Amino acid sequence: MGLNTADQSEDKSWNGGSAQPMGASYGKMMMWFFIVSDALTFSGFLAAYGLTRFKLIDVWPIADEVFTHFPFAHGTHAPMYYVALMTFVLIFSSVTMVLAVDAGHNMNKKKVTFYMFLTIIGGVIFVGSQAWEWKNFIKGTYGAVQLKDGKIVQFTENGKQIALADFVSAQQKDAIDHTRHNGLWFESGDYNPSFTVEEVVASFKENPNVNLRIERIDTETKKKIIVSRSEGLKFLGEAARVVEGANLEVNEYGSSQFADFFFFITGFHGFHVVSGIVLNIIIFFNVIVGTYEKRGHYEMVEKVGLYWHFVDLVWVFVFTFFYLI
Amino acid sequence: MGHAANHKVLIWKVFGILSVITLVEVAFGIIKPDFLFMTQFMGTSLLNSLFLILTIVKAYYIVWYFMHLGDEKKNLRYSIVLPLVILIPYLATLLLIEGGYVHEVLAPYINWKY
Repeated sequence: MGLNTADQSEDKSWNGGSAQPMGASYGKMMMWFFIVSDALTFSGFLAAYGLTRFKLIDVWPIADEVFTHFPFAHGTHAPMYYVALMTFVLIFSSVTMVLAVDAGHNMNKKKVTFYMFLTIIGGVIFVGSQAWEWKNFIKGTYGAVQLKDGKIVQFTENGKQIALADFVSAQQKDAIDHTRHNGLWFESGDYNPSFTVEEVVASFKENPNVNLRIERIDTETKKKIIVSRSEGLKFLGEAARVVEGANLEVNEYGSSQFADFFFFITGFHGFHVVSGIVLNIIIFFNVIVGTYEKRGHYEMVEKVGLYWHFVDLVWVFVFTFFYLI
Repeated sequence: MGHAANHKVLIWKVFGILSVITLVEVAFGIIKPDFLFMTQFMGTSLLNSLFLILTIVKAYYIVWYFMHLGDEKKNLRYSIVLPLVILIPYLATLLLIEGGYVHEVLAPYINWKY
């Protein structure tokens, strides 16, 4: 203990030595310091997200319509099920972490090893799920058209959103993607969508069942407004480009800030999970080689556990603000 | 040994509570009952307020039982919780009010007719 602190004296506390006014060791307290500052960092991000969302309250994408995928179930509309599963995985890995800390208090090396292993597996499953979620988000499902002033319009049939491929008939496509490989210098070309604006507009005119949905939310029904056919044609007269999927500049779901915040906040959280897994792996091997057995206590498992629970805690809030509210 | 067994029971109990709350949240999020979803209260729907309260309950259980903050000394506990409890709602309140104001100012200028 003495080696970890500036205060090297082993005196009684009334001499100023070994005083622990907080009743926690140096390392544990520093972990708490870090957690408090990191919590404030995440609050800053989420508060900025809240500001942007209130600013664009009548055009913000509706989460249920964006996150609808479930593995091995193609084409089904499964809002939230997958992210709920991810939440469970993370909460469960938090439970195995507490069990590892608990086994550490009883100096049970075998059990600590086992529970640490389960915790690492849980973390890896979570990060993998998040990567899959990102993949779907980036690839997109339906596709949309962006107008000259930046608005996104989507297409519906019988009140349900449909994909561009469902109604657009493409002509022979002559354009190919310009990649770095065939470029003169290290540049790749603009994104080359599956359909051109002209094809989308022509197919919209030919299909009387297809309607246009704009970003704006009707305050009465809390649903995106579907405009009439004639109005839809006027909107399409302003069409600038076809958008498929999402990136930091534009996305098919609506306001570009929606995707920006999604990438940034879930990405920053995912980065925390990854570093948590790395820490857990280091501690896991330390447990196996008996470092803490020799040291006489498993406090290091507890400290890393604090960080792991914090990552879980942040996810609870990210889940609420991005998927529920 | 009896003490250790108690500890394990507590851990599983907390896990049960967290799971039930998550299930309730997801169920409400999918069904979106009209009386909660359509009722506006303090700038947002009652459903959103419910989600927020359930999230804070979850956060309490994680911090108090998983992170063992409940077992720490009182001064450590408060020096961690108080700054967060004071600063975060403060920041959130200011920014949300500001966001609502910016919306009020800008929204009338957005053109929805062509």
